[in-house]
Amino acid sequence: MKQLMSGNQAIARGAYECGVTFASAYPGTPSTEITEEFSKYDGVYAEWSPNEKIALEVGIGAALAGTRAMVVMKHVGVNVAADPLFTVSYTGTNGGLVIITADDPSLHSSQNEQDNRNYAKFAKIPMLEPSDSQEAKEYIKLAFELSEKFDTPVFLRSTTRVSHSKSVVTLEDLVIRDNTTSIQHNRDKYVMVPAKARIRRLEVEKRMNALKQFAETFSENRIELNDPKVGIITAGLCYNYTKDAFPHYSYLKLGMVNPLPVTLIREFASKVEKVYVVEELDPFLEEQIRAMGVDVIGKEIFPFTNEFNPGVVESALTGVPEKSSPEISFPIPQRPPNLCPGCPHRGLFHVLGRLKVFVSGDIGCYTLSFMKPLEGIDATICMGASIGMAHGMNHALKENGKGKVVGVIGDSTFIHSGITSLLNTVYNRSDTVTVICDNRTTAMTGMQDHPATGTTLQGKVTKELDFAALGQALGVEHVRVINPLNLKETRTVMKEELATDGPSLVISRAPCALLQSKTAETIVPLWSDPHKCTGCKLCLSLGCPAISWKRLEDLDFTVEKKTKKQDGIAYIDPTLCNGCTLCQQLCNFEAIQEVQYDE
Amino acid sequence: MNNTTKSILLAGVGGQGILRASDILSWVMMEAGYDVKKSEVHGMAQRGGCVTSHVRYGEKVYSPIAKKEDVDVLLSFEKMETLRYLDYLKHDGRVIINDVEIYPPSINLGEAEYPKTVFDEARKHVDSIKVVKAEDLAVKAGNVKAANTVMLGVLSGHLNIDVAHWEHVLRNSFPPKLIKVNLDAFNLGRTA
Repeated sequence: MKQLMSGNQAIARGAYECGVTFASAYPGTPSTEITEEFSKYDGVYAEWSPNEKIALEVGIGAALAGTRAMVVMKHVGVNVAADPLFTVSYTGTNGGLVIITADDPSLHSSQNEQDNRNYAKFAKIPMLEPSDSQEAKEYIKLAFELSEKFDTPVFLRSTTRVSHSKSVVTLEDLVIRDNTTSIQHNRDKYVMVPAKARIRRLEVEKRMNALKQFAETFSENRIELNDPKVGIITAGLCYNYTKDAFPHYSYLKLGMVNPLPVTLIREFASKVEKVYVVEELDPFLEEQIRAMGVDVIGKEIFPFTNEFNPGVVESALTGVPEKSSPEISFPIPQRPPNLCPGCPHRGLFHVLGRLKVFVSGDIGCYTLSFMKPLEGIDATICMGASIGMAHGMNHALKENGKGKVVGVIGDSTFIHSGITSLLNTVYNRSDTVTVICDNRTTAMTGMQDHPATGTTLQGKVTKELDFAALGQALGVEHVRVINPLNLKETRTVMKEELATDGPSLVISRAPCALLQSKTAETIVPLWSDPHKCTGCKLCLSLGCPAISWKRLEDLDFTVEKKTKKQDGIAYIDPTLCNGCTLCQQLCNFEAIQEVQYDE
Repeated sequence: MNNTTKSILLAGVGGQGILRASDILSWVMMEAGYDVKKSEVHGMAQRGGCVTSHVRYGEKVYSPIAKKEDVDVLLSFEKMETLRYLDYLKHDGRVIINDVEIYPPSINLGEAEYPKTVFDEARKHVDSIKVVKAEDLAVKAGNVKAANTVMLGVLSGHLNIDVAHWEHVLRNSFPPKLIKVNLDAFNLGRTA
């Protein structure tokens, strides 16, 4: 049976077909749907772990117990999981262990563009790289076979375009595997104290040598000889981009990007006149192939940054620039993503923006509030960084920083890597005000549950983390809970806590507008009375997508000017308004009211 | 040399049902016996940003994204968005525009104006432009949210695909109570 599947769906399907019954992950675009899709298959266990390090440790445990375990994360998640990663490379696994890294060339929804092929080389772990959904399904199976055959964790690398493109996949039946789980004591292999790790270190080199031999004849490292004038060495989606533009060239398509097949590469190079290496981001293949003494052309003509497409490859190989955008006689206004109408972050960040404090931010939807008109975030580095950075600033600024530095972090992000930082503000006492933007879900990646929602990935009801009790247990004396959709309360509490000595924790709690739209019985939208609106634009300072500015001359009815200067009115689109009332709270002229529907 | 792969680019704003529409379109092409690949970027899509989806079909498709000057039909779900992607069109490419305006933040704030001459501007660069009011037709069919299906109906008139494939896929893409509305929306678009 054939089906259109995204790369992510295909990875989940492939894992299921080859008898994987265990997956652990932390959500992160573009990897999230792999675990979500996998969790729906019969007879599998899948969890959202609190962060990627824990997800990998959970996966290692499952593999040591003899099951096949899949661990899923986005590229920057591997940074978080790097500690166990480098040492599980020494111990090897028992059951198969496959780590999926979903990279994001072009930073579609990430803070950096790191090339995680480097991790494979760095940690001495083999890596496979599929080029479309059918291959994604095949390669996850091959990855588990390799893992068990060579007693090693294996990377499967996807990129945004592989994960989120759909193509035709042939489905196969599930292969039922015998129960392979047991407890095995093997302290020489699994206790990585220096004396034992030194011995395993040698095993790692032996394993990589064996894998190099294997790579020479691996079915997915394949040569397609056509026109002998030009040979292309490539992997992943770059194969398809290049093949699209130059179907007649000769190709060496590498299904395994670490380790590389030296003999096969030399053989290919000897059969063609000129060799190009086509790869996004780092010259990962190119540098290694050059080190083999093979002359290739690579990054001198191809970009180091951003994802490729057939046009980029064609332009680099022919030297003819891509067509530039046609002349448009006016600038086309940009359309950046924005916080949704009714988003509870809007209230909090409106207040923070007005308080003129330095807001150390984190990773989540709320990062979008750095833009005009809210301008409520001043720094963002990575998951969990906000609290530590705010604490560091506080100590550096001393008295000058008093009441002027806030760390904000999402609920899921706080659990991911903010808890220990909050403890640090207590232990190494600072005046840091930490705000948890608790919207009851992992919103940015598409509404995943986490330990404070009370529900697991597979829908089981579980113990719900209590942020206030946790803060107190960590030693925070000032713990406050606010509703960010109440501007007065938010302003008052933030001012009070900024004036307080010692660390504070403010839990800014209101459900995500998208979560609410799924559960709320009725939403009563608001409207702005054009005859009361004075055109002061205060409501526009919220940057709500539902509120727009209408110039008086564009209206098809007459509005009496309330001030000499008035040149327009605010208009609320009732189809977008979520009825959060923030604009109503700001309006000084009672112009904004609930929509009264006629019977 | 570059075989017979056809490319359709769907463009608009997060929340307009573009990803769903491109899923349906891809499925139709698969039903019609083609190899299909489609690509878009998820993640920020629900938050009002630009959304594009490439759908490519043919005997054997390699890349899921089209290059510039390679798109046969640009299906634009929002008026102004059309202008961002004209460089993707083949010189004999067609454009179908939904005559609806969705304001980005700068226009909402009164800092920029919605361009008034989008159609004139597009006509300078493209010969074949069709304009529809998809929301109006969707309301006529019974639900404003079926505007994306109206757009597919209009598109279907420009593609040589048996209408039975479209109907089959539409019937299997919606819950029972929404099938009629979507079939009606599709047909209103097809005959628009």
